[in-house]
Amino acid sequence: MEQRALIDSRGKDHRRLILQMLVGSGRGHVGAALSVMEIVRVLYDDILRVNPQNPQWPERDRFIFSKGHGCLALYVMLAEKGFFPKDELMRSCHFGSRLGGHPESRKTPGVEASTGALGHGLSIGVGCALAARIDKKDWRTFVLIGDGESNEGSVWEAALSAGKHRLANLTVLVDYNKFQSYGPSKDIQDLEPFADKWRSFGFAVREVDGHDVPTLRETLLATPFDAAKPSVLICHTVKGKGFKTTEHNADWHHKAKVKPEELQALLQELEVAL
Amino acid sequence: MRKAALLAVHELAKRDPRVVFVGSDITKQNLEKFAAEFPDRYFMEGIYEQHIIGMCAGLAMSGKIPYLNTIATCLTRRCYEQVLIDLCLHELPVRLLGSGGGTVYAPLGPTHLANEDIAIMRAIPNMTVVAPCDADEMKRVMMQSLDWHGPLYIRIAKGGDKVVSSDVRGFKIGEAIPMREGKDVLLVSTGITTQVALDAADLLSKDGLTATVLHVHTLKPFDTARVLRYAAQARAVLTIEEHTLVGGLGSAVAETLMDAGKGGVPFVRLGFPDVFTEELGSQAEIMGKYGLTSANLAAKAKQLLSK
Repeated sequence: MEQRALIDSRGKDHRRLILQMLVGSGRGHVGAALSVMEIVRVLYDDILRVNPQNPQWPERDRFIFSKGHGCLALYVMLAEKGFFPKDELMRSCHFGSRLGGHPESRKTPGVEASTGALGHGLSIGVGCALAARIDKKDWRTFVLIGDGESNEGSVWEAALSAGKHRLANLTVLVDYNKFQSYGPSKDIQDLEPFADKWRSFGFAVREVDGHDVPTLRETLLATPFDAAKPSVLICHTVKGKGFKTTEHNADWHHKAKVKPEELQALLQELEVAL
Repeated sequence: MRKAALLAVHELAKRDPRVVFVGSDITKQNLEKFAAEFPDRYFMEGIYEQHIIGMCAGLAMSGKIPYLNTIATCLTRRCYEQVLIDLCLHELPVRLLGSGGGTVYAPLGPTHLANEDIAIMRAIPNMTVVAPCDADEMKRVMMQSLDWHGPLYIRIAKGGDKVVSSDVRGFKIGEAIPMREGKDVLLVSTGITTQVALDAADLLSKDGLTATVLHVHTLKPFDTARVLRYAAQARAVLTIEEHTLVGGLGSAVAETLMDAGKGGVPFVRLGFPDVFTEELGSQAEIMGKYGLTSANLAAKAKQLLSK
């Protein structure tokens, strides 16, 4: 699936913030944050039932950010929704900060689980969904995983289990940016036929351009895709989306010590149509 | 001991709606009543330990108290990262019931022996590690487990072991129990080696020597106060464990004594050396080969006292 969606002005604002955080913290997984940005935005804008004033509200939807290294995007949305003050964004990764290089539930309001080691979040999500079922609650569970993360066997253990339990209250979002730390996923560990894999594990599957905000919204509003199955939305994304320099560029998977001229060039890119 | 643990989970489930049971393709024996009475809180899952630890974490994050039973090796080694991150980092009240702790599965070979479970579990912050000495004590552990803060690893020994514990001495997670008191030597034990230590104390008494047997059922948090108190009253200290000498009970006692500046006491640790035991046979045969017997413990105590 081609990714043709353009980044709108709010998307540019988010990217400006991500760059500023990168400078403020001195490092960050930029590529992943830029590929998941619209997915996280639509979740918090239109899908998740959460309460920023009471992050532990028992009736909230659970969002497990399993590909923890993409957390700059999560922090941007949590701050925007008021889970914590925006000025904290610029101190991420610093001694005493509540925002780490990977999200931590015991530190950061709105973060549901501490992630970063890959392949953990979907199992946690299955447990949450089972708990809601036991208690006959209507809150739902959403889990964001990566395609590189899907190399982990534990992801497929969890997928087997979600299929077995027919967890219609569980939705998996896959950030399918087709790029890993070393380079293109197809050269490292090809996942295709990816959608068929999920189908065979008992999921109802849809695919979407993961930067197309209206279509993401419309598709996620249609979950569960099947009333008797867990849903998976494969989001076709671009790693490093938004800047010619960072797109499909493994050098920007994790970036530290960004030079002032690099930052300036990227900020200028935002000012022209993408 | 496993029977006592599983029947106790059923009792706890009757008492508290937060209790759920999760098994990983284990025998249904002793689980039938739970499954029949609470089908919505009973999960018999596949052979995927990484997943079920994470799943239990999700259940616990959502207000449940999961009791998870499978083979100790699978619960501690296969899913170590999940135990560390999903359970311990999040401080979740998940109870891990590890069947076949130590050399219970001796005939099945080294892949099935949990001889380092205590060491690797006690290395993780927020984890609690308990090794009860018999089925009666297992019931006491289980009853206290319901309200225990954070994750808990409970080592299950072989069934049918002699009952040496008693209600009279009480039980509290984290508090070592003096099973008998003497003035010559301190024998520190955990799990089923407490039975061995009590027999060794009997043997020593025939030679006119009296021993304190301190049963340290909780390896973490470690009861340093009682270990130091009883060590101060003895002329020698010996530890015995069905576990590698790397990082288990003996290590914890040695650390405690050294940290307190009491390292001068004559001291011997009995346990498995840093090898894979490959002898097969029975638990008793393997423990015998490595000197984890009452006769050897008594002999070692006498050697220490005669120096």
